[in-house]
Amino acid sequence: MLKPPENILTVQNMSVEFPTLSGVVTAVRNVSFSVGREKVGIIGESGSGKSTVGRSIMRLQPPQAIVKADRLQFEDINLLTAPEEQMLSVRGRRISMILQDPKYSLNPVMTVGEQISETVILHERVSRKEARQRTLAMLERVNIRDPQRVFDLYPHEVSGGMGQRIMISMMLIASPSLIIADEPTSALDVTVRQQVLSILDDLVTERNLGLIFISHDLNLVRSFCDRVIIMYAGRVVETIAAADLDDAQHPYTRGLLNALPSLDHPRDRLEVLRRDPAWLEN
Amino acid sequence: MTMIKVDHLAVSYGQGDSLVRVVNDVSFEVSEGETFGLVGESGCGKSTVLGALAGRNRQWTGSIRIDGETIGQKRSISQLAKQQMVFQDPFGSIHPRHTIGRTLLEPLEIHGKDNRQERVEKALKDVGLPLNFRYRFPHQLSGGQRQRVAIARALILEPRILLLDEPTSALDVSIQAEILNLLKDLRDREKLTYILVSHDLAVVAHLCDRVAIMQNGGFVEIATKAQLLAGTVAHPYTRVLMDGSRGYVASKRPVGVAAS
Repeated sequence: MLKPPENILTVQNMSVEFPTLSGVVTAVRNVSFSVGREKVGIIGESGSGKSTVGRSIMRLQPPQAIVKADRLQFEDINLLTAPEEQMLSVRGRRISMILQDPKYSLNPVMTVGEQISETVILHERVSRKEARQRTLAMLERVNIRDPQRVFDLYPHEVSGGMGQRIMISMMLIASPSLIIADEPTSALDVTVRQQVLSILDDLVTERNLGLIFISHDLNLVRSFCDRVIIMYAGRVVETIAAADLDDAQHPYTRGLLNALPSLDHPRDRLEVLRRDPAWLEN
Repeated sequence: MTMIKVDHLAVSYGQGDSLVRVVNDVSFEVSEGETFGLVGESGCGKSTVLGALAGRNRQWTGSIRIDGETIGQKRSISQLAKQQMVFQDPFGSIHPRHTIGRTLLEPLEIHGKDNRQERVEKALKDVGLPLNFRYRFPHQLSGGQRQRVAIARALILEPRILLLDEPTSALDVSIQAEILNLLKDLRDREKLTYILVSHDLAVVAHLCDRVAIMQNGGFVEIATKAQLLAGTVAHPYTRVLMDGSRGYVASKRPVGVAAS
């Protein structure tokens, strides 16, 4: 696959360390990748550092975390040195993040509409009236049929799938150029998941955005994304076009693929992943 | 031989005005050594069927026969031991302040079994955990090891039936493979009968001989493993679930209507 000419995000040799009482834990080690106007999936098991990568790009790590990199460039901004005030205008406006469970990531004491309009009011200093119009249009865009009614609902009054669509509209209303989706559909049922993903897919294509899609679901990522980054123990072990995932070279990727029960290739026993200590050396 | 026979089972929660009927007129049979799957979306009543079979929910009507005995609303202690449950989240289903040994002893005490030490050791051995794990606490175990403990706790009463409620959905793919293999081995070795609840058709098709697809508290279809693998299922809803387990299907048509 041809690489898109412009990169929205370039990450070079990023490492993230957390000092703890029992020594320094390196959650991410020497990770390099770039994202253009495409859908990039990051796959890994729990603890592989995939969410840490996403949060470090947003500079959402706790203060004691040490983020090191040769380069961390987002469009014209150097994310390593940008002052906090500048980050405030980046987060939510130019990079936004969709989290796993709308039940926990929406503010329970604010109506859905207020939460979505807050983003535009803060970032674009528009009037409440205009923000409301924009919000209603955005809600309609994510296939919510009765935006006027939904605007005044509280998060507990909407279903999981609708909550996640609200989340997507909140993240897209300020027209960011990069979206980081951290397990955006893991809390949803299969049929709802399909709906939410196609909305996200349409919006990413329509607005020509970059998307980092963090997930543990191999089948989902390979069918949704253009490129896949496979992480193991804080390292990138392989980067491959989603369509070529079946030809993956790294034994870890192969192991993951073979460990997956499949309707198309049934087998009597699933292969158990044998972890090779050599994978930990780059 | 028929191990479980369920006829016109209906289960409800609450009473009076707030009575909600969650499962409606469900009938099925499971033979000894068979694995029967229940698949559906959240809220379709699949865990409630398990709850009624396990004796957790007593607000049911219809008839349940387990191992040739008709089960009443109240069960004898030996009837209760015959089927044991394994829950979804091993982080939440094991007492955090009890050692693994203590956790495994509890069912033995409740059911007044003898040779407790031997039984605990055998249960740990059966699920492939080292014997010294009995002195550990749950937080010292990984997710996969904890799920093995949950399976050991279910097996320790020597049940004939295991009721598995999403036993692998909280686990990583590689660990899921280990647990699914373990469940397969145990079934073949101990001649166990399984009822497996899952939302992932690929997992169900891997382990089950027959699968009931549930929607809104009823069965829409009972499909065999061969039907699932060949893709010759009858109901459109089953197809939707099958596509779902394969991943994302890009749609050319304008997408779906808002769910309410």
